[in-house]
Amino acid sequence: MTSLWPRIEPLLAKVQKPARYIGCEDGAQAPVHAPNKVAWLLAYPDAYEIGLPNQGLQILYEILNERPDTVAERTYAPWVDMEALMRERRVPLFSVDTHRAASDFDLLAFNLSAELVYTNLLNCVDLAGVPVRAEERGPEHLLVAAGGHCAFNPEPLADFVDLFVIGDGEEVVADITEVVGEWKASGRTAGSRERVLHGLAKVPGVYVPSMYDAIYDGDRLVAVTPRYPDVPERVEKRTISDLNEWPYPKNQLVPLTEVVHDRLNVEIFRGCTRGCRFCQAGMITRPVRERSSEQVRTMVSQGLERTGYDEVSLTSLSSADYSGIEDVVGGIVNDPMCQGSVGVSLPSLRVDAYTVGIASEIAKVRRTGLTFAPEGGTWRMRQVINKLIREEDLYGAAESAFSQGWQRMKLYFLVGLPTETDDDVLGIAELARKCVAIGRKHTNRVTISTSVGGFVPKPQTPFQWFGQDTSGELQRKVNLLRDAVRRDRGVALKWHDPRATMAEGIASRGDRRLGRVIEHVWRAGGTFQEWSEQFDVRLWEDAMAASGLSQEWYVHRHRDEDEVLPWDHVSAGLHKDFLWQDWQEALRAGAVEDCRWTPCYDCGACTGFGIEHVVAATTPPAGGSQGTGQDLGVGAFPGGSVPVQFVGSRA
Amino acid sequence: MKVRLRYSKLGKIRWTSHRDMARMWERAFRRTHLPLAYSHGFSPRPKVSFGLALPTGGESLGEYLDVEVAPEAAGDVDVAALPGRLSTALPVGVEVAAAAVIDDRTPSLQHEVTSCGWTVRVDGMAHEELRELASAAVSAPQLLLARERKGHTTTEDVRPGILSCTAEDEGTLQCELATQPRALRPSELLRALRPDLEAALVRRTHQWIERDGARVEPLALLLDAMGARHAHGRAS
Repeated sequence: MTSLWPRIEPLLAKVQKPARYIGCEDGAQAPVHAPNKVAWLLAYPDAYEIGLPNQGLQILYEILNERPDTVAERTYAPWVDMEALMRERRVPLFSVDTHRAASDFDLLAFNLSAELVYTNLLNCVDLAGVPVRAEERGPEHLLVAAGGHCAFNPEPLADFVDLFVIGDGEEVVADITEVVGEWKASGRTAGSRERVLHGLAKVPGVYVPSMYDAIYDGDRLVAVTPRYPDVPERVEKRTISDLNEWPYPKNQLVPLTEVVHDRLNVEIFRGCTRGCRFCQAGMITRPVRERSSEQVRTMVSQGLERTGYDEVSLTSLSSADYSGIEDVVGGIVNDPMCQGSVGVSLPSLRVDAYTVGIASEIAKVRRTGLTFAPEGGTWRMRQVINKLIREEDLYGAAESAFSQGWQRMKLYFLVGLPTETDDDVLGIAELARKCVAIGRKHTNRVTISTSVGGFVPKPQTPFQWFGQDTSGELQRKVNLLRDAVRRDRGVALKWHDPRATMAEGIASRGDRRLGRVIEHVWRAGGTFQEWSEQFDVRLWEDAMAASGLSQEWYVHRHRDEDEVLPWDHVSAGLHKDFLWQDWQEALRAGAVEDCRWTPCYDCGACTGFGIEHVVAATTPPAGGSQGTGQDLGVGAFPGGSVPVQFVGSRA
Repeated sequence: MKVRLRYSKLGKIRWTSHRDMARMWERAFRRTHLPLAYSHGFSPRPKVSFGLALPTGGESLGEYLDVEVAPEAAGDVDVAALPGRLSTALPVGVEVAAAAVIDDRTPSLQHEVTSCGWTVRVDGMAHEELRELASAAVSAPQLLLARERKGHTTTEDVRPGILSCTAEDEGTLQCELATQPRALRPSELLRALRPDLEAALVRRTHQWIERDGARVEPLALLLDAMGARHAHGRAS
């Protein structure tokens, strides 16, 4: 149990950005290891500057270090230059807190937010000195755990990960600690690994792939079934019912070097019921659980005071939907303690003039970028994906923004959506062009930066049955757009590499057989695949061919209603027939309203767990109907048929 | 009112860059609610002027920073208490050693500092050998070195930039390198001594201002902050 620092430091002069490896952040814990404490090494399998701000990891880092029976440190994927030196000098994966070897820990727990990091997970496990395949591990090896959004289809990583956490991690880490603690106390004897995994498989929200068999009939998956009667057939996600009980992180890490999202982050709610059909996050994190406005204010003011940041981001999946967002924003902007110098950023803004109103309140302090995500180019397309933004909402937002002094707007779109025609694609150009025209009335220097991503169907969403566009088709659509806006000065078009979209599609809806592919890509040197300078589509194509698997079958094929999906035994609470009906509704371009303000659609996310939406104020957000024409003044809550609970009414 | 701060940077934090340090300082000023003067314009920034950049990986006992306090708050700032207040708001390894008010017309550190003292540790080398390399360099009439500048390489005589260089303790060089007209880096000194030499640790010990043939530090270390209120009065 000694620090590897004397062996790490000589490497730092030879690598880019050595501050990635030193720790020392403000907010870093001083973990004290002990034989009776379960030691967690929390890993973000991407570069430090991407991983450090991750709130999920930071929340667990604090919770685990507060407990008397656990200790937690952090690690991030070493960049390729550092990895080469570590392998050359035989330096194992280490924590950045006390620079301990991974082998000093009982669990190596990964946060998975994107599929293209899967090969980095294998690389980190290998650097930790642990066999990458779970079946080859013995009692001397730590347990490899993973959680985060990608865990909702754990199968592509089933060969490598000992246990997955499905859903919110705040509570389940205690249950896991209990089981692992007994294992640790028992001295991890021969054969004990199977027993601890069996024990973990019984913890609600924990999925242990080795306790399940995947059964095939030819190419077709028939079932994934438990190997023991006391292991659940279906693993239901964990959900914390009240965000107010978890005011974390209390001591957000303040990095010493440049990272993404380098500001105070305060989560104002979790979950979203807008019902955008492409959005996995919105589907798997239901119901809506808002933090009380007092707690938001306290977390903001204490956080700013402690960190010295001059910017706070109020995070959620749709921040303008927070009940009472105006009061919270106004409270921060006008707080005398903040000396009128604190910027507020609201990621994931809804598209309407009301939202721009909030943004202009914020701009009194500091003008930040305005980013909107209409996602689809035509109203028909947006009804299919249930992102119910009307053209007049977007143009209203543009008018409001440019008349108040903004000169740029960012718009995000997807191509390759179900039922999409070339007219829908060209609609993107039309929207961008009209926004430029609106801007020109106010200023000559208008830029509408228009980003286009390729759509990857995600598990546990209504679009999970849809066959993804080929990279050739996506490229054709991008070219169509590029040609359409060629003469439009003011429209700056950017697009995501369609080949990377294809690779993401392989991992997104794969089954256990994908393990061979991921291992192949990793062994061929394919790490940091979400970085364009490291991504190589040939690695993925070669790996699929070498494994005898068809890209067409995994990525581009439409699925039938009765097909067993590789993630059917993992549940986000959503009924499969709800998702199928919503998929059929999508094909008819039928819209569904936000269920926060309407009677329940019985998707399963609330009723199955005996929980409800929790809102911070009894007034729905102004402008919240977002094109649905929904009257939010009616069908009010609490009580009645709308399962919404006011946070103030909770005991 | 301008305040000059002297601080050290030691330990793991040496792996942060000059830009990283600038961000740390801005956060520390906000945490301590020091009423700084801000630039006007689109994105107001505190008026802070950093001295010569320390190479990433280098330690220092003598770093400097000039900050401008908002004129209306100048009377409220207890300069003597600043080192303690700021040190607690800065990361472990950064310690403020002294603070003093300087004349508003004091030239910038980058402009004024003429040389820096360095300790350079070279591992895996016999002491005798290092001593010979050092004395050979000092007695050479010229030392040509390929240096990179704004993307292209030029060959320059770096000998005038080496004001002194001796091998003191085992594997350690003490040297003073000029910063004008162009700063000579310790890594360049090592390359001039022998192309394959690499530093195990570089530590800046001093920054010097040459004035009328004498060397003075931008802010002497053991100054009584009150008595030093006009420490630079003579210079202006």
